[in-house]
Amino acid sequence: MLLALAATALVVLALLWEVVAGPLREQVARCRARRATAPAPDYDPGRERRAEARARTLLKSCVGEEEWAMYRDLGFIRVWGGEPERPGQQTGAGAPYAYLIYPHKPILAYLPQTARLLNEYCVEFPDETRPYGSARLPDSDDVLAKWMALTGDERRLIETANLHLPGRQLDPRHVKRDLWRLRQWERERERLGGEAHRGGQVPAS
Amino acid sequence: MRFLRMKPGHGEVLIAEGDVEVREDEERLVEEFRRQLDAGMWAAIPLQGSAGRRTAQLARSFADVPRDADRVIFFPRAAGGR
Repeated sequence: MLLALAATALVVLALLWEVVAGPLREQVARCRARRATAPAPDYDPGRERRAEARARTLLKSCVGEEEWAMYRDLGFIRVWGGEPERPGQQTGAGAPYAYLIYPHKPILAYLPQTARLLNEYCVEFPDETRPYGSARLPDSDDVLAKWMALTGDERRLIETANLHLPGRQLDPRHVKRDLWRLRQWERERERLGGEAHRGGQVPAS
Repeated sequence: MRFLRMKPGHGEVLIAEGDVEVREDEERLVEEFRRQLDAGMWAAIPLQGSAGRRTAQLARSFADVPRDADRVIFFPRAAGGR
């Protein structure tokens, strides 16, 4: 009786092995292949921080003092729109629209007079060489790339970007709050600038 | 003139430098410029505009780069994001 049970158990085990072994072997081979083809580079937070520090220095050296202070204090940069509404019409200083540049988020177009949000322009700068396993630039490099592309050739960048209505990625309440923070920030700078001017001092940057 | 390239996980990297008034240097810079554009980079030159306003100029060829430019920054070409 015991012998018969043991024999049956052996047969069942052998049949189960036949069923399980194939997929198991495949799974192991897939894991090995994944490890072999895509070695995950060690994530080094120190390297990322150093990259970001370098990118911030570069950004500071390229944009104006006001834009740099804006990014440092608020985390975004405003760029005035430069595209004439009609051929021959220059918008200049009275630009009817502007953009907010956030790191690794869409560029947001809005009307400064009314704070009405116009569009989100989704754009990326992927480096397919992936030197450290990632195609993503440091935050400040992403902001600088957007700033250079917008101020250098606004139309080219906007035509490249994917256009979406506001609210797709950027929370409109968050953006409205950022616009309010920007107004407060500008008032404070004006006040400090005025005081420094009256006192014959240069405002601290 | 210095050529800088933005790199993920690194920040900018100096890829070439030279004096555009020296013929050998200029040829090397022209060649590197082409190589970067062929590799899918955009080239930008930060400029000091009127009244101290800063802007940038995108260059599609080395001839577009002002002779007195101090640096050219290469960054990956823009693509529509999600």
